[in-house]
Amino acid sequence: MAINITMPALSPTMEEGTLAKWLVKPGDTISSGDVIAEIETDKATMEVEAVDEGTIAKILIDEGTEGVKVNSVIALLAEEGEDPDEVEAPADSGPAPAKEEGKSESEEKAEAPKDDKPASKPASEKAPEPAPAKEKGKDVSKELGSTPMKLADVGDGKDRIKASPLARRLAKLRGIDLSSLKGSGPKGRIVKKDVESAEPGQAPAQPGAAAPAASSPDGLILPQVLDDRVYAPDSYELKPLDGMRKTVAKRLTQSFMQVPHFPLNVDIKLDKLLAARKGINEAAPEGVKISVNDMLIKASALALMAEPECNASFSDKGIAYHKSAHVSVAVAIDGGLITPVIFDAQKKGLATIAAEMKDLATRARERKLKPQEYSGGTFSISNLGMFGIKSFGSIINQPEGMILSVGAGEKRAVVNEKDEVVPATVMTVTLSCDHRVIGGAEGARWLQAFKRYVESPESMLL
Amino acid sequence: MADFDLIVIGSGPGGYVSAIRASQLGMKVGIVERESLGGICLNWGCIPTKALLRSAEVLHLAKDAKSFGLKIDKADFDLQAVVKRSRDVAKQLSSGVSGLMKKNKIEVIRGEASLKKGKPAPMVVVKGEDGKSKDYSAKHVILATGARARSIPQAGLEPDGKLIWTYRDAMVPDATPKKLLVIGSGAIGIEFASFYNELGSDVTVVEALDRILPVEDDDISTLARKQFEKQGLKFHTGAQVKSLKKGKDKVTAEISVGGKSETVEADRVILAIGIVGNVEGLGLEELGVKVEKTHVEVDGFGRTGVPGLYAIGDLTGPPWLAHKASHEGVVCVEGIAGLKEAHAFDASNVPGCTYSHPQVASVGLTEAKAKEAGYKLKVGKFPFIGNGKAIALGASEGLVKTIFDAETGELLGAHMVGAEVTELIQGYVIAREGELTEAELMNTVFPHPTLSEMMHESVLSAYGRVLHI
Repeated sequence: MAINITMPALSPTMEEGTLAKWLVKPGDTISSGDVIAEIETDKATMEVEAVDEGTIAKILIDEGTEGVKVNSVIALLAEEGEDPDEVEAPADSGPAPAKEEGKSESEEKAEAPKDDKPASKPASEKAPEPAPAKEKGKDVSKELGSTPMKLADVGDGKDRIKASPLARRLAKLRGIDLSSLKGSGPKGRIVKKDVESAEPGQAPAQPGAAAPAASSPDGLILPQVLDDRVYAPDSYELKPLDGMRKTVAKRLTQSFMQVPHFPLNVDIKLDKLLAARKGINEAAPEGVKISVNDMLIKASALALMAEPECNASFSDKGIAYHKSAHVSVAVAIDGGLITPVIFDAQKKGLATIAAEMKDLATRARERKLKPQEYSGGTFSISNLGMFGIKSFGSIINQPEGMILSVGAGEKRAVVNEKDEVVPATVMTVTLSCDHRVIGGAEGARWLQAFKRYVESPESMLL
Repeated sequence: MADFDLIVIGSGPGGYVSAIRASQLGMKVGIVERESLGGICLNWGCIPTKALLRSAEVLHLAKDAKSFGLKIDKADFDLQAVVKRSRDVAKQLSSGVSGLMKKNKIEVIRGEASLKKGKPAPMVVVKGEDGKSKDYSAKHVILATGARARSIPQAGLEPDGKLIWTYRDAMVPDATPKKLLVIGSGAIGIEFASFYNELGSDVTVVEALDRILPVEDDDISTLARKQFEKQGLKFHTGAQVKSLKKGKDKVTAEISVGGKSETVEADRVILAIGIVGNVEGLGLEELGVKVEKTHVEVDGFGRTGVPGLYAIGDLTGPPWLAHKASHEGVVCVEGIAGLKEAHAFDASNVPGCTYSHPQVASVGLTEAKAKEAGYKLKVGKFPFIGNGKAIALGASEGLVKTIFDAETGELLGAHMVGAEVTELIQGYVIAREGELTEAELMNTVFPHPTLSEMMHESVLSAYGRVLHI
């Protein structure tokens, strides 16, 4: 009796995969545990081991076939003592495979929606009359060889979507993928109005087409679902998305997907800046305290003035070169992230920047910022130095053209001009640039200017 | 603490069904009624008229006994016995509602209700039969006060209970009027016209629009009219009643038909010119409830916009049907309870029935309305003459008409005239609710021999596959 070798499920969620490679050919004798094929899913390539032993009689799915449904028959195995050649014509030799295939055929008939256009079912059009069981088996095995997807259609899960017949037909007519819709009928059944409210043509009913944006929470480009079969719902605590989380998710996803980011990094010596800060703070009146970050804000603003082509935003109409340096400063707060802006930072003294920053950060943490206080920046700074992070790359805060990621200032061994190894306080900064606006050379020039201001802080006074 | 979770004002099919549903959902419910439990439907509407029409139907069959091979020497009737039967049926059902209230632990509060401001819902003031008022508080209040016959006093279209009747008077006649004028050819007008015609009255029906049963499909109106006329009914369509002059035991109606004036004399007149909502005396204005043309404006869950106050049924506008009221009541209560499965009321799938001889039933869009809405149509028609059971019943006149959207196969509307069609229509209502297409209807097995086979044939006919004509 011939044995069906079926497409295995490599994970609980796998529905189909690519039959990447056959490691056996018809006539090969295999035993249980032998690796017979390689299967690829979107995540991994895995080996398929034989469960039974025998001789490979027929390979039904060619190497490289994509979208092979789990549990569809990919090869036939002749058992010991069985003539592999006879397995190729199962109807004449053994009743078992013929029966098997016959059953699949009838199942398919039963499950095929009645409203299917004949055109989409070429096989049934050719043979509209129910054929005798024997012949049927024969037909199907031939069919399997040529068009594997036919059989793979059986029970592919489509029937598990609860939808009214009218909703099914409408979805088909309008090219809407039912699996992308949420049903508003009894017990989540998809009804006419659900299909009507889906945008026509947004998801052509092509296999493998991307799911439409309709079902994603506002603005997330793709719906993101935790599969219950993989992450049991009681194994985590689900915290609903609040407005800030949604905005952060939306804006960063958009930026990361839309903006061609490229990073540039450079080491900057901080000793002079630290010394200057000390001096300034000692001379400053009571209550005024300048932080390193305040000085970096000022240095960035001046660098933007020095390299104005870097103070830019991409738009469909053209590149906007901003006339003033409005520096957004990333502030981590409970449940998210916000970027209050120091406007016209190039014109402001350090004391002003420090005072504004203190006020903005405090109110940011209380979620009391006004929209005009966290929008309108032309450049961003994100500083994770206080956590000891050496270097990192940030996602651009659209529509700004660049964001600077500031690492920790730390004592490092530095080789000076005299080739001596000396200690110095050094930080690594990474500039992420929107390549639509800023080229490598411009970004590099900006970093040079920034480095110059930081390493010679007195130049900020000029 | 509020006295009740929910107080329902009015115990008609809208009110008492709301109360039962609320009780099922664990609410403490009170229901206020000023007359008999069951409201108009049970006591003065749907049910007693069906009892009257059944008498008329049996009489009709008895008169026709010969054609069934039977011998009945003289088919006659005793009007008072016919009316008594009708009243007994109503009484039986009303006490049935009383039992249902008891079973569901719903407190029945007798008296006339009005509302005053309160929190979280308006306070319900009930003036009892003893004239004393008592306040009842509830978290939610549903108005289900129903409607009554419309009158136009300026044209003399005002019931007096003697010469000019409403449905209520028409249900308990002292004698059969010799000449009867029915004004209005909607379901109520046609049912009484059909009843009295069977009892031997000379009946004339006046309709302002250009056809009788104007909400029905054209084909149905036309066919029904033909059958009524065969039975001796007279119709004036496109006709306005200018005035009614009352004489001694006689009414003279001045009617204008297509610009020409005509007079019709009658012993009695039945006013069936529509319905007005019972919005008065409830204190709606003080609460700021929006009332438009005697009907309370509500959303799909019966919300009036006043916190805690809801309205359902005839009070909220057409279609003025008991089953619409009951369904709205259930939807409203489920909304109040916050049930996940609660769905807003959808008026597009409420069937309409007229229990005249022949009967008329329909759901969804008429052919004209469907065309107007821009659909490309597939229309199926199947006549009763092609159905074995209809011929066996001796009821071979009638039609089943179905209207499909040619593009999607959606059943847009179904319309029937003929024997027992009011019992058939729900098949199409289920099809529409379940959003079945022509494919499922064609694949459904209909039992033979039944009238329901015509429903199948009509669908087949729409797709050129009719079998028996």
